[in-house]
Amino acid sequence: MNRSPYITDAPTVSVIMLKVLLALVPGIMAYVWVYGAGILVTLSLATVTALVTEAAILKIRQRPISPSLADLSAVVTAWLLALALPPLAPWWLVVVGSFFAIAIAKQLYGGLGYNPFNPAMVGYAVLLISFPVIMTKWPAPLMLADAPLSAFDQLKFIFNHALPVGVQLDAVTSATPLDYLKTQLMLKHEVADITQAPIFGQFGAKGGEMVTAGYLLGGLYLVQQRIISWHLPTAFIATLALISLIFNIMDPTHFTNPAFHLMTGASMLCAFFIITDPISGPTTPKGKLYFAAGVAVLTYLIRVYGGYPDGVAFAVLIMNMCVPLIDAYTQPRVFGHKH
Amino acid sequence: MNNIIQFASKLIKDLTSDNANEVYKFHGGVHPDGHKHESTTHPIAQLAIPETLTLPLRQHVGYIPKVKVKVGDYVLKGEMIAEAEGNVSAAIHAPTSGTITAIEEAVIPHPSGLPDMCVTLAPDGKDQWTPLNPIDWKNTPINELITSLRSSGIVGLGGATFPTHIKLRKDGASDIHTLVINAAECEPYITCDDMLMRERADEIIKGIEIVQHLLGAAKVMIGIEDNKPEATSAMHSASQTLANVSVKTVPTLYPSGDARRLIHLLLGVEVPHHKRSTEVGIQVFNVATVLAIYRYFTFGEPSVSRVVTVTGNVDTPQNFEVLLGTPVPLLIAAAGGAKTDTTHFVMGGPMMGFDLPGINVPITKAANCIIAASPSLFAPPPPAMPCIRCTRCADVCPVNLQPQELYWFAKSENLEKARDYHLFDCIECGCCTYVCPSNIPLVQYYRYAKSEIIAADKAQEAADLARERNEFRLARIEREKLERAQKHAERAASAKNDESKPEPVKADKERPASSAEADDAKKAAIAAAVARAKALKLAAAQSDATKTGSEEAPAPAIVENKSEPTATDNDEQAKKDKQALIAAAIERAKAQKLAAAQAGVAPKNTDDLSPKVKAEITEIETIRARAKQMVENKDAD
Repeated sequence: MNRSPYITDAPTVSVIMLKVLLALVPGIMAYVWVYGAGILVTLSLATVTALVTEAAILKIRQRPISPSLADLSAVVTAWLLALALPPLAPWWLVVVGSFFAIAIAKQLYGGLGYNPFNPAMVGYAVLLISFPVIMTKWPAPLMLADAPLSAFDQLKFIFNHALPVGVQLDAVTSATPLDYLKTQLMLKHEVADITQAPIFGQFGAKGGEMVTAGYLLGGLYLVQQRIISWHLPTAFIATLALISLIFNIMDPTHFTNPAFHLMTGASMLCAFFIITDPISGPTTPKGKLYFAAGVAVLTYLIRVYGGYPDGVAFAVLIMNMCVPLIDAYTQPRVFGHKH
Repeated sequence: MNNIIQFASKLIKDLTSDNANEVYKFHGGVHPDGHKHESTTHPIAQLAIPETLTLPLRQHVGYIPKVKVKVGDYVLKGEMIAEAEGNVSAAIHAPTSGTITAIEEAVIPHPSGLPDMCVTLAPDGKDQWTPLNPIDWKNTPINELITSLRSSGIVGLGGATFPTHIKLRKDGASDIHTLVINAAECEPYITCDDMLMRERADEIIKGIEIVQHLLGAAKVMIGIEDNKPEATSAMHSASQTLANVSVKTVPTLYPSGDARRLIHLLLGVEVPHHKRSTEVGIQVFNVATVLAIYRYFTFGEPSVSRVVTVTGNVDTPQNFEVLLGTPVPLLIAAAGGAKTDTTHFVMGGPMMGFDLPGINVPITKAANCIIAASPSLFAPPPPAMPCIRCTRCADVCPVNLQPQELYWFAKSENLEKARDYHLFDCIECGCCTYVCPSNIPLVQYYRYAKSEIIAADKAQEAADLARERNEFRLARIEREKLERAQKHAERAASAKNDESKPEPVKADKERPASSAEADDAKKAAIAAAVARAKALKLAAAQSDATKTGSEEAPAPAIVENKSEPTATDNDEQAKKDKQALIAAAIERAKAQKLAAAQAGVAPKNTDDLSPKVKAEITEIETIRARAKQMVENKDAD
């Protein structure tokens, strides 16, 4: 019988997913430091919901349950969704989003390997459209909040929507820099003045940029481990920098500099963790460059001209739709063939 | 970051170095553990002559050779026992002196596990050579040398087993400018070429000199992976005697020993996918093959033995020089025996080898390595998981295919799409499976898809042929029917003329040929038949008095309908009607001929057929003529 090769040397899917989770840890640590321990509750909630949903649907589909849970892909989806949600999001929001991501966006398409759209981004987009008010209300970083909440208070807020006695909701929330920038620009203020506000940090959002730096660190680890190819983050970062630079040069009073766009919102999470989802992304090296560049352009346009706080989710979903086309037209030259 | 630094340092190195050993790069490749040192600690050992030798006739690519011996014949070592038949074929020689004991089917070392024709030889232990005829290759015309190689039995010993004389033949496509010697031996575990180079570099170089002479190649490049320093230095010092021969080390990267990859590594030339390397002036030979060529010309020895690596789960892995046909169990025993947890044996390397159908198979010209396999050595693959499109397979594919797409197409039976994505460029090296995190047996899918496509193509070809044949047959039947009708008509007409009763014919002739006339003839025929039937019935009625009116009634009614004839003079009338019918048929045939002549078509008796069928008949006839010519040409060859 001809069943060679007899030897293999490959990390299993579980190991790959575990490394992705590991790479998220620096970002999560920064997150806890900036926004408090509430995110750990959100992460746990999302993880449990995702695993239970996955198990239930596999059971209904009469598929083996344990190998699919052990591949950890559901946990990665849950974490990415949880990190994309506003901190201190109510528990049911996390549950609904995770359920939707796993049940609808992943399992209904056939489970791991068959989903055309990034499940975490589908979950996020559904929540954003269904619950726009909650989804756009971000708590202020602890360092800026008038009344920073303790871990226990955060827990109570997540599950009960209850604030400590005497603390108003306004005291714990604030506009995100992307939102603030948009509203202030509409009030005919100039970028240079707007960014003097305390919510702006060195490059992006005060505090938020620490989290972004954490994602960048984890992302570089993934590239070094060859879990993700360099094409996607490089093309995303380069394109986002380029397009924001062009707008910035054309009109610095209305458009912020590239550093702001790279270090704000979900840019780094997107560059290293979201567009690098292999299943819903392109497979050819050139296709990866086009895909990431497309996401970057759309993200920028939605941020600057759209009505949503960040453009990543919709940009990714739109580009997911283009993947079959991108793959078909970017097939690399086969050895011994002219193109 | 590491990658960037590595890349930068490599770039600087590449730009600054003027290394004589500069080689090119191919896409992908993998670095499996070599496991080479286990079998290189001992020199090549000779194996004693076994008690029986089983020689499969199919040891090479191409036609099986024609057996020249019969059971009971005594043969000397080196005597030809089967002769190359057809162009692509290789002879088989007796590996030692002895008696032919059987010519029958036996299990051969082939992935199919199917039995095939083998000649069994019982050695007499004398190992006596047949008179050998060394050839002074320097003073013999090249054509004669190549022709004589046809009876050497030498085939590519790297594993491809393509008959060597074909590879040397000048086909006029292009002149060979470079001879590449494949000494990469990139598969893990296999060390037979390595050991040959260490021990017999001089003979290999002499073989290279001969092959270079035969091909008229201006330069020779020997490609050795850099994990074989001893072999490299041995070859390097042996090659000093020859000008234009360079020994190059290539990075240890599987599958650098694939001919197209090696050509690219050494020369930077990508052989186009639809061409052979000879069409771009490059020919590739394996080291063991050139050594065999050297021994054939210098000593007259045909291909009767080869070096085999016996390794894996055996006590003392090493290389043996064995007679072809030696049973594998003897080799395993000579290597100290297989350890107890051995489950099966693999022929070839772990990347491209195959499971032997059992241990009781003989060594053939293709057998470069036998690996005793155990679960600890080759772990059974875990269950396959879904593809996550991580493209690790695409990253390592040396042909730069998109294995994940091919897998998808093969799995969904979208075979045409798989072909479009260059499935047939896949060399089945196994790199994709080697790195797949989902443990998908990708190469199996490609083998399956390829065989399905080939089978479908063959079936399509057969169906096309059958359809053509059937259409031709139908056309022929139609034509024959017409011919018959015409013949009958003519015969009948001439019979009438002899009876000097030409009236009805004459009368018919005066009338123009028309469908009305045919109708009349038909009516007449029917009337005649009815009359005949009636006469019969009448006779029956007369003999059976009880039956009368009821039976007779319908017949006259019909007759009345069809007019004139009455039951009384039916015999005469029937004759007349027949004549009318014949006359009508003749008329029809004539009219057809006339119409054909007017249309300017040669009367081929196919006139009633549709133009489409006619065109097809013409086509088929051209094909036939061409085929006939081809057969004749072949016969002339």
